[in-house]
This record gives sequence, C-alpha cells and structure tokens, in this order.
Amino acid sequence: MTIQTDIRDGESRPLREVRTEAPEVLYVPRYTGLQRVNHWITAILFTLLTLSGLAMFTPFLNFLTGLFGGGQATRAVHPWLGVALVVSFTLLFVRFWKLNIPNRDDVEWSKRIGDVVTNREDRLPELGKYNAGQKAVFWGQTFLILVMFVTGLAIWHQYFAGWTSIETQRWALLAHSLAAVIAIAIIVVHIYAGIWVRGTGRAMVRGTVTGGWAYRHHRKWFRQLAGGKIARGPADKRGS
Amino acid sequence: MADYSSLDIRQRSASTDQPPAIRSHMEVAKLIDVSKCIGCKACQSACEEWNDLRDDIGVNTGVYDNPHDLTPKTWTLMRFTEYENPETQNLEWLIRKDGCMHCTEPGCLKACPSPGAIVQYSNGIVDFIEENCIGCGYCVKGCPFNIPRLSEKDHKAYKCTLCSDRVAVGQAPACAKACPTGSIMFGTKQAMIEQAHDRVEDLQSRGFKNAGLYDPAGVSGTHVMYVLHHNDKPSLYAGLPNDPKISPLVAFWKGGAKVFGLAAMGFAAVAGFFHYVTAGPNEVAPEEEEEAVELDHEKRRNGGSEARPH
Repeated sequence: MTIQTDIRDGESRPLREVRTEAPEVLYVPRYTGLQRVNHWITAILFTLLTLSGLAMFTPFLNFLTGLFGGGQATRAVHPWLGVALVVSFTLLFVRFWKLNIPNRDDVEWSKRIGDVVTNREDRLPELGKYNAGQKAVFWGQTFLILVMFVTGLAIWHQYFAGWTSIETQRWALLAHSLAAVIAIAIIVVHIYAGIWVRGTGRAMVRGTVTGGWAYRHHRKWFRQLAGGKIARGPADKRGS
Repeated sequence: MADYSSLDIRQRSASTDQPPAIRSHMEVAKLIDVSKCIGCKACQSACEEWNDLRDDIGVNTGVYDNPHDLTPKTWTLMRFTEYENPETQNLEWLIRKDGCMHCTEPGCLKACPSPGAIVQYSNGIVDFIEENCIGCGYCVKGCPFNIPRLSEKDHKAYKCTLCSDRVAVGQAPACAKACPTGSIMFGTKQAMIEQAHDRVEDLQSRGFKNAGLYDPAGVSGTHVMYVLHHNDKPSLYAGLPNDPKISPLVAFWKGGAKVFGLAAMGFAAVAGFFHYVTAGPNEVAPEEEEEAVELDHEKRRNGGSEARPH
C-alpha cells in the first residue's frame, strides 16, 4: 500500500490511499434529466449568443460572424437566440428560485471566502443545496438576462425601431453590452468552478454526485437526502 | 466605390488596420445658403434622378414637407418651418435642405460594427458601402443628426453619398447642379468657408445680425455647411441640433465599455487559470466518501426519509 502525503499547513496527513478493493460509494441524485436538458439548452444558447454578440461588440472579434454565415445572418439570428434563451432561462428560474433564496449560512460562507478559494472546506458552515457563490451566479444571471432582454428589444431595429427614441436606444445599447460582458465574466467563473471543484460536472452530465461530494460541499442538503433513494455502486464508476 | 484612387479612404468602420495615408487630398464641402432657398425641391428631384431612386407614394401630413421624412429612398429633403420673429413681427419661412452632414468625426462610422460598411474618404465624404452593411441600425444611434435610414427590403442603411461617384470624376453633386438660385454650392471646403463669410457679411449688413456659418465644432466640422440667418438658434430650422456631437453614451460604449468588457472577461479567465495553478483542484477525500456512506447507514437505521432531487 502506497501512501502519498499532503504537507500543506505543516502537518502531514494521508492524501489518498490506494486500495486494492473497490470501496462502496453513494450516488446522490442532484438533477433530473429534464433539468439537465434545460440547463444545457440554456448553456448552448448562451454560448451562441456570446459568440454572435462579441462579433458585433468589437472589430477584433468580428471574424466570429463567419460562424453564423456572415454579418447579416449574425445580426438577424442574435436576437432570436436571445428570445429562446429567455424562455429557457425562465424555466430554470421557476424551478430553482426557491432554493436560491439567501440565508444566514450564506453570510457566514461569504465571510470565509478566503477559506473557500483555498479549498479549506472544513472551516465552512454546513450548506444546503447551493452556496452563496452559486446563488450569486443565479441571481446575477437572472438580473442581467432581464436587462439584456429589455434593452435587446429596444435595439432590435428590424421590429422595434420606432418603439423608443434614439436616445433611449443609445442607453439600451450601452446597458446591453455592459450587462453582456458582466454575464460572460460570471459564466467564465461558473465554468471554472465546475472544473475546480472536482466531481461537479457529474451532476450536470449524469444527474448524480457522489456521497462524498455532497457530504463535503452541501452537507445540510445531504443530511436531508441521506437514508432515502440513494444509489450505491463501486467507486470506479465515479466518473468526473 | 471604395476603390476609386481619387477617393482614398481616411477612416473605415470597425477596422483595426491603417488606411493609406501618404497622399493629401483637398477637402470638399457643400454649402447650403438657407437664405437663398426658395423651397422648389429641385434638389430632391435631382437626387432621386441621379441616384436612380423612386420613393413610394407617402402621406401628406399637412405641411409642405414631402415626403415628410428621410427614407431609404429619399436621401435629401426640404424641411419647412414657419417662424414668427418676435423682434420684427415678421413671419419667416425657414426652408432647410436636410440630409447627411458628412461630419469630420462621423458618429455613424464610430458606431458601425461591420468592417468597411462606412468609410470616410480623404476628401471628407462619408459613404455607406451597402454590400458590407449588416443592418444592425447602430449608425442610426451613432448619428447626431438622425440621418441614416434602414431599408425593410434589404436591411441595409442608406443616406446621402454627397454624390461621391460624381465628385470622384470632378463633378458637383446632383443637388448643387440642379439648384436654380445658387443656394447649394460645391467646392473645396476652404473655398466654401470663404464664400460663406462673404455671404454672412452681406446678410449682417442687411439686418440679420445673427447670420452665420453652421460648421459645428462638436463633430470637428462638417462637409455640408449651412449659411443661417439665425445662426444663434439653429434649432429654429426644423430641429437642426444647436451643438451636435457624438453622444457620450455612444462614445463610452465604443471606448471605455469595450476596454472594460474585454478586460473583465479576460480577467475572469486568467484569474481562474492562476487560481487553479496555485490553490489546485478541490477534491473529495476518500474519507469523505466513507463518512457519507456511514451517515446514510445511520439514517437508514433510524428510518430515513424519502429523497428526491429538487
């Protein structure tokens, strides 16, 4: 048996034991199939909107219009993708808004953001299904998508050119692009968090997380589910 | 039209490359002497004729303006204003030929996201190159004079070209050629400014003490200029802007916002990368998997509750 040791914090503790027998691991259901489909449709639309939007945002990224069949096509398709995203995101919102209401644990978690980013999970409070960071992504996107939808209608020249004054449309253009770059930056962080916190991708790809993941990151939520419909399997099926 | 050698390009929309700049060109200008205009609309007809445009039959809104606004097929238009001068008690009929002003700092060009859809030639003419236009309407928001119009037929923006095709071969714009009173003049910008000064002097000597040349500094001057009898109040002339300039909203959107946006997105990505190489991944320890199994067992022994994702 090999024992690798972690010598951070000056103390040595076993990092990972390599065992011969496969231990039993729990699989905790986190998202249903429909919820995953809803999430990925939103993600695909957001990606397409980012690419077509940035193409019109700066000449350095104008080459992205080629992905959509040229400038005219990019201009025509971008707002419709936006409408589709609003529909898709609204479904996500209806499903998840209650779970994203901030509570006391979020205050405590936010105060200990230093421990969060240095992976000192042991110093954080026990959390429900979402932590304050995830809730910030949720409410941030909700607000920014709403802003982009309203301002997007104002600058949708083909159908709404005469609906608002040119001065209003100038405000809308500015607000639309600022909201967009902030939303994109949030999504970059959102994607990175999924890479950084190992075992997270599994929730959105297969719908489950391991018991250890739930125990480590969302123990309050796990306590609610423990003893219920949790699948068991060998650890080598852990996946991402 | 963009490749006439006599029309070298000075600025090109949404382009990062430097346009050719070794030749110096004489700047041209159209001078519209509003005090000489009789409102005959010959310039409108000449514009339609030369540019081969036939606008649809519109509606009469009860005033002489006909059509009542610029359209993708009407690039110039007489705007009529009845003004009762409080000083002289005279009714003045102010007639202004509206159309693109060909700004030295064009708001449309600044706002345009499509490379080469709007160009400014070395002689100062601002031209839309429709084959590159994507129909977004940003030029409409960028323009301080409310000039560009998008066609519903082909989703492209149109406006006065200052007859760049005629100017390229040494001709005056069609409107200037057709004007029966010499109200529309065309020449080098310098010559037109001198011409205007003579005329302004003349007008002032005949009682129009506020007569002046409209060549607004807010857009670094224009290549269509007006002689106005009331240059202290340009807005009298059917809402001609008193102090036109590129809206600060448009300037910020195309300047600071772009820098901020690229920086914010880039920072998020770079910060993530460096966080990963310093803090490392957040991994579940095998003991935590075991503790989870234990907790689940315990709950089961005490009679667990139903679990479902929510």
